[in-house]
Amino acid sequence: MCAVLVLLAVLVLSIGFGARQLSPIEVWQGLVAGDSAASTVVHGMRLPRTLLGLLAGAALGTAGGLMQALTRNPLADPGLLGVNAGASAAVATAAGFLGVATFDGYVWFALAGAAAVAVLIHTVGGGRGATPARLALAGAALNATLYSYVSAVMLLDSGSLERMRLWTVGSLASAQPETVAKVLPFIGAGLLLALALARPLGTLSLGDDTARALGIRPARIRTASIVAVTLLCGAATAACGPIVFVGLMVPHLVRALTGPDLRWLLPYCAVLAPVLLLGADVLGRVLARPGELQAGIVTAVLGGPFFLYLIRRTRTAQL
Amino acid sequence: MIPTRSARDGSANDPRTMQDDPAPGPRLVRSGPAAVLRFPGDRSVAFRPRALIAGACWALLALVAAVLTLGGGDDPMSPSDVVRILTGGGTPAEDFIVNELRLPRLVTALLVGAALALAGALLQSLVRNPLGSPDLLGLTQGASAGALVVVVAGGGSLALAAGAAAGGIATGAVLLALTWRNGVHGHRLVLAGIGAAAILTGVNGYLMTRAQLMEAARALLWITGSLDGRGWKDALPLLVAMAVLVPVALGCARALAVTEMGDDVALGLGVRLNALRLTLSAAAVLLASFAAAAAGPVAFVALTAPQLARRTTRAPGPGPLASMFAGAALLVCADWAAQRLFDDRQLPVGVLTGLLGGGYLVWLLAAGRRAGRI
Repeated sequence: MCAVLVLLAVLVLSIGFGARQLSPIEVWQGLVAGDSAASTVVHGMRLPRTLLGLLAGAALGTAGGLMQALTRNPLADPGLLGVNAGASAAVATAAGFLGVATFDGYVWFALAGAAAVAVLIHTVGGGRGATPARLALAGAALNATLYSYVSAVMLLDSGSLERMRLWTVGSLASAQPETVAKVLPFIGAGLLLALALARPLGTLSLGDDTARALGIRPARIRTASIVAVTLLCGAATAACGPIVFVGLMVPHLVRALTGPDLRWLLPYCAVLAPVLLLGADVLGRVLARPGELQAGIVTAVLGGPFFLYLIRRTRTAQL
Repeated sequence: MIPTRSARDGSANDPRTMQDDPAPGPRLVRSGPAAVLRFPGDRSVAFRPRALIAGACWALLALVAAVLTLGGGDDPMSPSDVVRILTGGGTPAEDFIVNELRLPRLVTALLVGAALALAGALLQSLVRNPLGSPDLLGLTQGASAGALVVVVAGGGSLALAAGAAAGGIATGAVLLALTWRNGVHGHRLVLAGIGAAAILTGVNGYLMTRAQLMEAARALLWITGSLDGRGWKDALPLLVAMAVLVPVALGCARALAVTEMGDDVALGLGVRLNALRLTLSAAAVLLASFAAAAAGPVAFVALTAPQLARRTTRAPGPGPLASMFAGAALLVCADWAAQRLFDDRQLPVGVLTGLLGGGYLVWLLAAGRRAGRI
């Protein structure tokens, strides 16, 4: 309940703050009444941006929770493990070589890229002797590869450099009302699938044999989880670029509230992750006025220290 | 190649070594992958013939690629001509093309390749993981951030190189300080490095958006790593740094090989672990930073070259010397290919090494998973 209230507060903040200073009354009038300058700003820019932040945040947070459960790895994050980078590499290919420039085109490439990396990460992470540190290292290696590929594409074609350099930092600024409508089905389906998986995944954490005895097919559940992660990360990345650390931080913070039960954890992630992403976006708008810091940069700068804290807190033996 | 004082080390099981050698003069004894050259008077040198041969092959490959690179281009020359011109027997025009235009670029490539490979070899040994490399531990990103700050502030190319070196060194220092807990720990270094790399990637993206488009293109070219138009002034600082750091690294090579057997064994054999790790990680940071200052952080040379060296020498760890030769050969070959792959335009060398390294990495992930190493 409190979580939802916090989310609502951040939504209000996100609509209320921006490069153009508007009083709360103007914002309200812009929201409900038509044709004023405030209405253009609110409906054309801030509302889609806020909704996109809501969707993308929920997607990334839930995907992080899912991946941490799936790989049994406290350091799993769609950004750190390269799933978002896979999506962005595929989008770069589409933009650089195939001339795709619309969101409709991007999103399929992003989904394919995210799926490829998610499968790869799952096979690496599920191997014998796979420790969190090794998985994180493999993810960082994938990230570096994909990132160098994306820069190579941008380097060969200055047109895509101009288009992509804003996109690759992870930003909500380019949100259009149409983007929000198009991304909604993917993220919605991913969220529903994730929530449906919460219970069987929790059972799966007891071990494959126990889960099988309780009537769950581990392979099927894992495949479904990968599909959910792909839908969530691919769509979020196609809409706002690769954003790191949201999927890492939120599940850890939520776990302190709810405990490890995925049936509580995942819904809370879906509610609280947008708080983080929109908070980062608002912070970026307030800090760098009249320009802005992209949300992806703010989450990277906030999330890095959190990651270090997580490492320092966890004993070396566990890593 | 490991010099040992006692001929009985490691070859006690071999019956041939137990016999006394009546004849004076050196005598070669083979034992598994190693060989021991025994001299009269209880002195001996142990070495791995395979490592020697493989190292020599890498050096030879680097040399051949170097001569080919010097001879290729818009004005082709035969290898014998190249040697003649290098030794001072060319016409002024030939002398200008080879010694003024092509040689500085080649020397930069050789040095950068060797420095990056050595940095990678040291880091991989330190963290005991084939993925430990400046690309993944944030050093590359730190150097890029330093260079981008200079680009955004509008500095020239000399300032850019200085910014890159400063960025890399600062990142390395922060990482070592953050993870220092009664010594350097490989695990912590890896994780902190990954975190730093993620933060710095965000910062770099922000700096890219702040730069003008032309400057962003220049910065991106630099970040990818390119040898275009490199001259003696780029190679010289790296050469000085290597003249100091390479002997240090090679001097520690034996102790480093011992630490691969585990901390306890190493301590028992009298290795001062903390001093060793601090020295070597500092050396790796400096090498990677200076290499980045010379040619940009060429992607994945530091990751792949030590592993190529390790596989060809069939040694348990990446040997520093073989890695350096492999790195130099790799970068010169990549540069040669990058200049010729497409007729109409030259690729920056970093694009090619990035793609090669990516392919190698996917293979490593698949193979390493099977062996349970990654």
